Amino acid sequence: MAETFTARIWALGDDIDTDIVIPTEYLALKTVQDMTPYAFSPLRPELAAQIQPGDVIVAGKNFGCGSSREQAPEVIKALGVKAVIAGSFARIFYRNAINNGLLLIECPALCTDVQDGDEITVEVGKSITVGGRTYPIGALPENLLDIINAGGLVKAMRKRNGLD
Amino acid sequence: MGMTLAEKIIASAAGVESVRPGDIHTVELDYLMSNDGTTHLTIDMYNKLAHPHIADVSKLVWIVDHNLPSDSVKTAASHKKMRDFAKQNGIAFYEGKGVCHQIMMEHHVRPGQLIFGADSHTCAYGALGAFGTGVGCTDYLYAMVTGKSWVLVPESLRFNLTGRLNPGVTARDLILTIIGRIGANGANYKAMEFGGEGLKTLTMSDRIAICNLCVEAGAKTALMEADEVALDYLAQRGRAPKHVFHADPDAAYAETYEIDMTEIVPVVAKPHFVDQVVPASQCLGTRIDEAFLGSCNNGRMEDLRAGAAILKGRKVADSVRFLVVPASGEIYRQALEEGLLKIFMESGAIVMNANCSVCWGSCQGVIGEGETLISTGTRNFKGRAGHPNSFVYLASAETVTASAVAGEITTADRLPKLED
Amino acid sequence: MGATFIEKLLRRNTGIADAKCGDIVTANVDRVMIHDIFIPFVKEKFEEMGFTEIWDPDKVVLIYDHLVPASQLDDPRHHRIGNEFAAKYGLTHVHRSDGICHQLMTEAGYVKPGNVVFGTDSHTTTYGCVGAFSSGIGYTEMASILGTGTLWVKIPETIKVVIDGELPEHVTSKDVILRLIGDLTAAGASYCALEFSGSTVENMTVASRMTMANMAIEAGAKCALFTPDEKTAEYCAVELTEDMKTLSGDPDANYLKTIHYQAEELVPALACPSQVDKIRPVSELEGLEIDQVFLGSCTNGRLEDLRTAAAIVKGKTVAPFVKFIVTPASRKIYLEALEDGTLDTLAAAGAIITHPGCGLCCGRTGGILTDGERVVATNNRNFLGRMGTSKVEIYLASPATAAACAVTGKITLP
Repeated sequence: MAETFTARIWALGDDIDTDIVIPTEYLALKTVQDMTPYAFSPLRPELAAQIQPGDVIVAGKNFGCGSSREQAPEVIKALGVKAVIAGSFARIFYRNAINNGLLLIECPALCTDVQDGDEITVEVGKSITVGGRTYPIGALPENLLDIINAGGLVKAMRKRNGLD
Repeated sequence: MGMTLAEKIIASAAGVESVRPGDIHTVELDYLMSNDGTTHLTIDMYNKLAHPHIADVSKLVWIVDHNLPSDSVKTAASHKKMRDFAKQNGIAFYEGKGVCHQIMMEHHVRPGQLIFGADSHTCAYGALGAFGTGVGCTDYLYAMVTGKSWVLVPESLRFNLTGRLNPGVTARDLILTIIGRIGANGANYKAMEFGGEGLKTLTMSDRIAICNLCVEAGAKTALMEADEVALDYLAQRGRAPKHVFHADPDAAYAETYEIDMTEIVPVVAKPHFVDQVVPASQCLGTRIDEAFLGSCNNGRMEDLRAGAAILKGRKVADSVRFLVVPASGEIYRQALEEGLLKIFMESGAIVMNANCSVCWGSCQGVIGEGETLISTGTRNFKGRAGHPNSFVYLASAETVTASAVAGEITTADRLPKLED
Repeated sequence: MGATFIEKLLRRNTGIADAKCGDIVTANVDRVMIHDIFIPFVKEKFEEMGFTEIWDPDKVVLIYDHLVPASQLDDPRHHRIGNEFAAKYGLTHVHRSDGICHQLMTEAGYVKPGNVVFGTDSHTTTYGCVGAFSSGIGYTEMASILGTGTLWVKIPETIKVVIDGELPEHVTSKDVILRLIGDLTAAGASYCALEFSGSTVENMTVASRMTMANMAIEAGAKCALFTPDEKTAEYCAVELTEDMKTLSGDPDANYLKTIHYQAEELVPALACPSQVDKIRPVSELEGLEIDQVFLGSCTNGRLEDLRTAAAIVKGKTVAPFVKFIVTPASRKIYLEALEDGTLDTLAAAGAIITHPGCGLCCGRTGGILTDGERVVATNNRNFLGRMGTSKVEIYLASPATAAACAVTGKITLP
């Protein structure tokens, strides 16, 4: 997991709830791909079109609070977002993201120091560097690594069921 | 030469002695009804006028009924536009009180009036001997600004009703049968005038159902003489007729039909036209996904009572969503008081607030791809109730309710008998 | 050292006698709930995972509520897939139009004190009102439970909330939980259990406790817990066993912190746009004009809520140009409110009464609003755009406050 990558970021604030990530109105669309144009639309309707594969979202505390909708991490992943870095994550979102293999990084200090378009370098499990400043980050809890290493919960279960 | 009911009302509204089919007259209008289907468009046009002005605000009645409660931001915006305009201009405004035509019957329509409604089923007002006709936004706006409009005097078709409907057969079956017989354009531009001894056996609710559906035969309006039944209804609601007109014995009709009501049987209109009418017995066994009891056509007390009588002691089939929607708030409360709502709720039905609901096919009870609906609504056009690839059968309250229980099209008399 | 409520509950469930907060354990699931929005996704993941049967079909409850009545073309597809899923795997607990999932789970007897329950909805915390550990999860985890009957859980730390005394007139459990969320903030109980106790809580109905447990998630909590008592037992139609009574936190348990409230000091409160933790007393906002009132949801659509509102609007009418939308939480509640005259009182005042379901709370139909409109609502979330555009202002309130606002057309103390 000692991966290093550089990415352009999109900066959001505190308490980005899952209704903002993907409003209920679009939850019954047939596929997650169909939902992607509406990601973040209550807050920034133009954002979904601006996000490019490989970009990173940086936010404040309590990212993903609210509903249990798993479309939230799925739609972020479907937009090609490489990782979400936030001050903290709401727990259901956190579990859902792990189960879908979306990389989440907790880094409380970062969000107030960056803005849209900044370029950051992430050394997974170690640190984030932006504009010459370096922020230490933690590693994932061990029990979640099994799921991540399996490639998400679906794959872990397929393995359990002797399919892969 | 005598005049038909339609001709007499137009002559009166035009302030002339007599009119003939084909004449064009400028008329004074008594009411201008508009609902949330199109009022926002009318307001947009109004605001573009050089000198916006309402001729007589007391004639305007605006009713939010098509998408209620609001189902989308777009709907909410058009409701707000309508609400704000009504508030600003002192227009009579109803929101959440029921389907526009039912509200007009309960609170406004009087015999002898000429009424424009920005909705095709405005012809319902003929049940009270008023000339109601549907118009588009442009005609509506002109009338709103000037208080007047022009009318082409229609030819009239006369329907002489005799006999009496058999038990289990409804006014809905009667009018569907008539539409099936004359076709979806059989009364194009014409007035459908109903009379005869048989009319006296029909309740106000029956009459509204009949007149309301005449536009499905293309009619410009439908008319019945305001007899004792109509005048009683009016008196109970504290209103007096503007004028009670009678058709002259020597009035000229484009066609006269003799309808023996004893011959009518339960029917359904098959997808996708209202005139595809066949006896319900020919559609038995057609699997349904949803049933709808409601609308300006069949959402009144008589309809709810008929449905509840069938449902009492029975359950809605698991595979069916059965929406029951009273036509007005007044009917909702009456049905509640009579215990009908309890019967519906205990049987597994979905009881909604008074509004157009499934008939309009947009904010509630939308049907999905490949699904089949049996409905007391007004139309069964392709896609009317939801997905373009779906199917709507029209039938009476009795047939719809029986089908909801069976999970397939059937008639009430075919349901297994309840044990005591 | 004593144990917290959640430690005791999960020890019983897992058989690990010394399990404590911070431990990761595998819980045996007593019941799961899946609602209509997520059924197609659960089915897809379940089959993708390679499962061919459900671990215990009797433990699975499917509830159609978010999309009832269907308002969009794709909605009926969810119900069709639900019906197919139920038929294929032998599920018999399917509610197609009986009300909101969280109301039905306890009301219809699916959840009992001490149970471990998961649902594909964040407000699954609700069942803590009867002393169950219940929490919201995503559809992938739900699919894995359907196959295995288990889920890993990190035993949460506990915040103890003690409320003593008698609530003033017109101050309800909604006002209590709003105040608590305001004090904790939206992330203040993240990953934690909220354990409620004190004389105020003891005197509350199960319905009132349900309101509080329901909203625990709005402070980020993993679950909310109320010790089962006689009222709980009656509501759940079970006998109150000694074992159930032990489900409470020990005085010397390891709490993250303890918060005390004196009921007499609490006031009617509002959560202001657009965060649930932006709490202000109703008195500070009185007079602000509103366009709509919504009474309903799994938070506050119960009989006592409808009765409270009816008592306030009785003999009065809804303010001109204001809509008062009432959506009872379940078919049973609708029928009870119909029988006791509550619905008639509300209808006479001009309320628009819809069929039970999530209605406006889930923002798909039921009274969507537009730019510049303001709504007072009894549900649990006022997030940006939740009930229409991002320029709609949503104020969360108790049923008493909401009803008072409907009559005046302004924010008003009940």
